Amino acid sequence: MRMKLDAAHSRFRDEVRQFLDTGVPLDLRDKCEAGKRPSKDDHVRWQRVLYEKGWMAPGWPVEHGGTGWTPLQRVIFDTELGATPAPPVIAFGVTMVAPVIIAFGSDAQKKKYLPRILKSEDWWCQGYSESEAGSDLASLKTRAMADGDHYIVNGSKTWTTYAQYADMMFFLVRTGGDGKKQDGISFLLMDMHQPGVTVHPIITMDGGDEINSVFFDNVRVPKANLIGEEGKGWTYAKYLLAHERTNIARVGLSTRLLAKLKRIAAEEQMKGRPLLDDPAFRARIAAVEIDLLALESAVVRAVSGDKTGKPPGPESSMLKIKGSLIQQDLTELLTEAVGAYALPYQPEWFEPGWNGEPVGPDYALGLASTYINWRKVSIYGGSNEIQRNIIAKQILGF
Amino acid sequence: MDLSLNDEQQLLADSVARFFAKTYTVERRRALVASELGYARENWKQFAELGWLGIGIPEDLGGIGGGPVETMIVMEGIGRHLVAEPYLASAVIGGALLSRGGNGAADLLVDLAAGNLTLALAHGEPKSRFDLAHVETRAAREGNGFKLTGHKAVVQHAPSADRLIVSARTSGNVATADGITLFLLPAKTPGMTLAPYRTVDGLRAADVKLDGVVVGADQVLGPVDGGHALVESAVEKAIVALSAEAVGAMEALLALTKEYLKTRKQFGVPIGSFQVLQHRLVDMFMALELARSTAETASRALSDPDPRYRARAAAAAKVQAGRAGRLVAQEAVQLHGGMGMTDELAVGHYFKRLMAIDVCFGNADWHQRRFADLA
Ligand SMILES: Cc1cc2nc3c(=O)[nH]c(=O)nc-3n(C[C@H](O)[C@H](O)[C@H](O)COP(=O)(O)OP(=O)(O)OC[C@H]3O[C@@H](n4cnc5c(N)ncnc54)[C@H](O)[C@@H]3O)c2cc1C
Repeated sequence: MRMKLDAAHSRFRDEVRQFLDTGVPLDLRDKCEAGKRPSKDDHVRWQRVLYEKGWMAPGWPVEHGGTGWTPLQRVIFDTELGATPAPPVIAFGVTMVAPVIIAFGSDAQKKKYLPRILKSEDWWCQGYSESEAGSDLASLKTRAMADGDHYIVNGSKTWTTYAQYADMMFFLVRTGGDGKKQDGISFLLMDMHQPGVTVHPIITMDGGDEINSVFFDNVRVPKANLIGEEGKGWTYAKYLLAHERTNIARVGLSTRLLAKLKRIAAEEQMKGRPLLDDPAFRARIAAVEIDLLALESAVVRAVSGDKTGKPPGPESSMLKIKGSLIQQDLTELLTEAVGAYALPYQPEWFEPGWNGEPVGPDYALGLASTYINWRKVSIYGGSNEIQRNIIAKQILGF
Repeated sequence: MDLSLNDEQQLLADSVARFFAKTYTVERRRALVASELGYARENWKQFAELGWLGIGIPEDLGGIGGGPVETMIVMEGIGRHLVAEPYLASAVIGGALLSRGGNGAADLLVDLAAGNLTLALAHGEPKSRFDLAHVETRAAREGNGFKLTGHKAVVQHAPSADRLIVSARTSGNVATADGITLFLLPAKTPGMTLAPYRTVDGLRAADVKLDGVVVGADQVLGPVDGGHALVESAVEKAIVALSAEAVGAMEALLALTKEYLKTRKQFGVPIGSFQVLQHRLVDMFMALELARSTAETASRALSDPDPRYRARAAAAAKVQAGRAGRLVAQEAVQLHGGMGMTDELAVGHYFKRLMAIDVCFGNADWHQRRFADLA
């Protein structure tokens, strides 16, 4: 069950849906319906379709390519987009670094990077975490030393999603300061294609290779790539994290997973009847569906009165926690729905061009991998424990 | 009433602990599951020499006697070290079925106990879910024997098994308990094809297709039309054994996570100094201890004369193992942060095995329903 909107917003939602229903190239739609991992190219192709339509960056100011929609319209769009079987829009450029560039970057930086992000000409990655600086991000050690009009960067980042695809990285470095550890952090942009940058894949427990370690050995970064002021990076970093969190709520994706779950439960048999008719399983589906309605209501409520689009506040932590838990419940229920066919693991099946015979029903393939991989959403973007600390401190006042 | 292990059982527990500590490091396991066979024949021989393959088999048939508590002890060790050898499939399930398989099966029990025979039960089907009475595979009478046609789903350890125990319907309709018969088929039987694959936990399984497989009357295991009772009793032992395996795996995860919380530092202190994380570990600990207690009760119940008590205790153990296993595995990953997501750490491998244990022979929901229905 979805939340009903007033007439004007329903019309808007229909308009968005109409485009999304037909706009996704068919091969991409099939791939995503089947739960296969899109390639770099697939992401870029779809993002360019959105760009052509003028919908790549709805949240940006109109002069940079935004749509001028209200915050509620943007939420509606994001939800519908997430619900569409298409490669997810890669957030690092358009919804993570871009808002920072828009808010704190120089005119030259805006001119240089924003159009390229809009057209998906640069693939961005996020260089925040280090092996000793995860939850305690401010203790990061990667250093940048001034050298004329350049910085020389040494150190390493880890867990960097899609660094193997990236043309650019936004990252946090220590530029000085022996005072408070939050001081002396700067926010820089780096070209990934240059000497001294090395990317090593990290294999995840589902067998995937989406994350990496990135090493910097005397990498030269022009001072022109500093965002805002030297030493003020922590402020920009937090601004970005609030945007990242809002993205992780993913009402749209959960809506799609829920529909898939119901479809599969209707196909699967239990004692000669559809699994969907089993009262216990129905009750579990209903429980997540109610949670999802609550989340959608909270997301809509958070923006409904807002005309201008204020930056997300600490309440985004709540949406991140609940959104991630709902996604995890759904991916888990999906594996439970297919019984023993949750077990076969055929990673070849993810490879483009594989024509082998899948074991079990098509819809069961990849469900276990997704369930396992999706444990990440309660860890990244600031773990759910850290989000709880933020709520306790910033909302409840402890 | 004394629930502690007797001296012999304690000796067994010690030998299990010693053997696996020596042979099963995370790296060795990784290499083993990547190998062609998926486990080590030397280990299997050792299992035989240590007597583990003869647990539950009478001494005159090459076994060491013993019973469910001994099986539990071995299975806990298997869980603690993510052991890849087909102990459950061959010794526990295969052993249980052969023990009730009538005269012809006695020689095979000797082979099983000696480590010269591996088995796999091909019972579940694409549409059976976990219902043991649901068998669509047909065995039509043909001369003195039968002709088997059907599809068996996710048969664990089938690719390496010397023989498969295949169930098929000799009478009745799709979901009746009566009318199911078991057959013993050598791995290379004409008309039987295996599509082998890996399962999420790194172990091996296959879907088995039977396309007019001709078998003789001497290949029938147990009574014609009476296979359901055999399977039910073997699966009862299997789910209790799996519950014990889950206990071992959870124990390992708890130890790893505790160690991690003590050594991993953030904000200048070990993360284990955050009380909120201590409580999470406490919840894992409680889930483990309750699952362990239920698994022990169920293991002892397997020797109880009351079938309903047996069945409900077994179902309860599987429910506890499934739910606790998911909780402990998910929390272990979460508390390890990014490291928990990696293939490099053992944590993820335990996570996947615990997930598979929940699925095998019916997940927590399924057995909870059975528990209620059996009341
Ligand atoms: C798949 C994946 C993709 C990622 N992609 C990126 C990326 O692209 N770029 C990037 O920069 N980073 C990325 N990350 C890193 C992610 O942000 C970190 O993993 C996360 O911040 C946690 O840090 P950690 O892994 O060091 O865990 P730790 O900080 O060591 O935490 C371990 C455990 O302790 C808990 N904990 C820590 N401190 C506290 C506290 N004060 N109170 C209560 N509990 C606490 C944590 O919640 C966690 O459960 C990614 C991570 C994953 C898993």
